[in-house]
Amino acid sequence: MEYEIVIGLETHVQLKTRSKMWCGCVNQFGGEPNTHVCPVCLGFPGVLPVANEEALRLTVLTGMLLNCGLPKRAKFDRKNYFYPDASKNYQITQYDLPSTLKGCVEFESENKTCRVGITRAHLEEDVGKSSHFDRVSGVDFNRAGVPLLEIVSEPEITSVQMASDYLNELKTILIYGGISDCDMEKGMVRCDLNLSTRPVGQKELGKKVEIKNMNSFSGARKALTYEMNRQIKVLRNGGALIQETRRWDDAEGMTHSMRSKEMAHDYRYLPEPDLMPFEPETAWYDSIRESVVELPLARKRRYMKDYGLPPKDTETLVSNPSLAGYFEKAAEHSKKPKAVANLILNNLRACMSESNHSVDDLKIQPTHIHELVQLVDSGKINSRIAQEVFNAVYESGKSPQGIVEEKGLAQVSDSSTIDAFCDEVIKANPKSVEDFQAGKQNALNFLKGQVMRLSKGKANPALVGQVLEKRILNP
Amino acid sequence: MQEINVQYVAELARIRLTEEEETRFGGQLSQILEYVDKLNQLDVEGIDPMTHAVPLVNVTRKDEVQPSLSNELALKNAPASLNGLFKVPKIVE
Ligand SMILES: [Zn+2]
Repeated sequence: MEYEIVIGLETHVQLKTRSKMWCGCVNQFGGEPNTHVCPVCLGFPGVLPVANEEALRLTVLTGMLLNCGLPKRAKFDRKNYFYPDASKNYQITQYDLPSTLKGCVEFESENKTCRVGITRAHLEEDVGKSSHFDRVSGVDFNRAGVPLLEIVSEPEITSVQMASDYLNELKTILIYGGISDCDMEKGMVRCDLNLSTRPVGQKELGKKVEIKNMNSFSGARKALTYEMNRQIKVLRNGGALIQETRRWDDAEGMTHSMRSKEMAHDYRYLPEPDLMPFEPETAWYDSIRESVVELPLARKRRYMKDYGLPPKDTETLVSNPSLAGYFEKAAEHSKKPKAVANLILNNLRACMSESNHSVDDLKIQPTHIHELVQLVDSGKINSRIAQEVFNAVYESGKSPQGIVEEKGLAQVSDSSTIDAFCDEVIKANPKSVEDFQAGKQNALNFLKGQVMRLSKGKANPALVGQVLEKRILNP
Repeated sequence: MQEINVQYVAELARIRLTEEEETRFGGQLSQILEYVDKLNQLDVEGIDPMTHAVPLVNVTRKDEVQPSLSNELALKNAPASLNGLFKVPKIVE
């Protein structure tokens, strides 16, 4: 029998606000333990949370970017549970009236356009971070109360690759929208995985297995692959699966059942009495709608159509919004957008990773890239010299034109100069000349190389080839 | 008379009750439920449920950073601390 898997993902993303969700403590990664805390986020008695308007704005903006409905009324609820990293013994979240509902994400996976439904994206708060010692644990509440968006997908993902592409697309969308920096290293994105297996053709979903708290996409991929294989194996061998929560052990590369330790959850949700409901006005929605940006998939399609870029190059650019913005500025007035993209993807990216620069640090401006491509296109410099000019502009931030003049790098197309170079090379290499006359094409390439060297790389290579051929074959 | 699983509720609240307390609180909780149950006698057809009695919505604050507590002050009421952290019993994953 053949089996198929169904995956649903819950993605938690820290919002990019200055302050926390309910208090004025800074929303900032790191810091000495328990120094970004106050009575509100420490859950002291008698304090009152007040909602951060920017977090609400970013939530609604996410809803717009994910094609969600925006209910007229939203509220917050308490989810009650005891765990040392929850300072209040409850988490404030949105239970039955979330800020956004029913949307979708469109993305490309395995050369197809896919669409995955979004059940909801609701706002909640992050919890503290625990460290474990020999006999005790310790809790740092710097992260407690940081606004956290939970984006729940429908169980509509049908392969591990598709799950991975969904996560990457979601991350890019959130970075594009300025919703979150999505820095995985800083724990800004975590996800829970739901995976079930059923025989192909069966309508009902199989037993749902949940794997909680994955903090890297590569880990999620590995866990999903492992779990898929495990479930299929159990079913193939005539076994039965149960609905359960499993834990991914990265070192072992396996999931383990958490059944034994888990008590049936009863969160006793209740409306948060300390927070009033939200009934946003149309004007507020309209003002947020102005921040809706072009989605990565739309941008990808535009680059391929307007600039004629190949899919691979487009993907690389689009997945890096700041580089994509840089490219657009450089390509804006260029007749050769492909050459612009090549310089950015090859030379610029290599220099950036070597010197550990981000786009904001660059001395070389988008207009410089445009100018450099023009210089090559017009024959002012050849493409080999362009590399040298590029490096000089990268280092100095001076204009390419200026570098060419300063270093005397302009291409030599003047025929008397080229003739003289060619004559000199022909005279010095009688053997190669003979070889070429005997029909060896390589010999011409060698002679051409000699002329280029003599001209310090500045001669027009096409012209050199022509002159050499003419002078050797019809002396 | 509504039956309440007092043991279960106590477990959720992480409190230990003696048998005598279980019986006493069980009775009291049932009385409360019975009282609240009176609401079921009302006809609420067509009335939206409300979560607050005060007609106030959209209470927010600007996204501005305010000073936090010092680590020393934050831990002052903690029964125990360790390396600037709140010390708690070992958390088992
Ligand atoms: Zn605080």
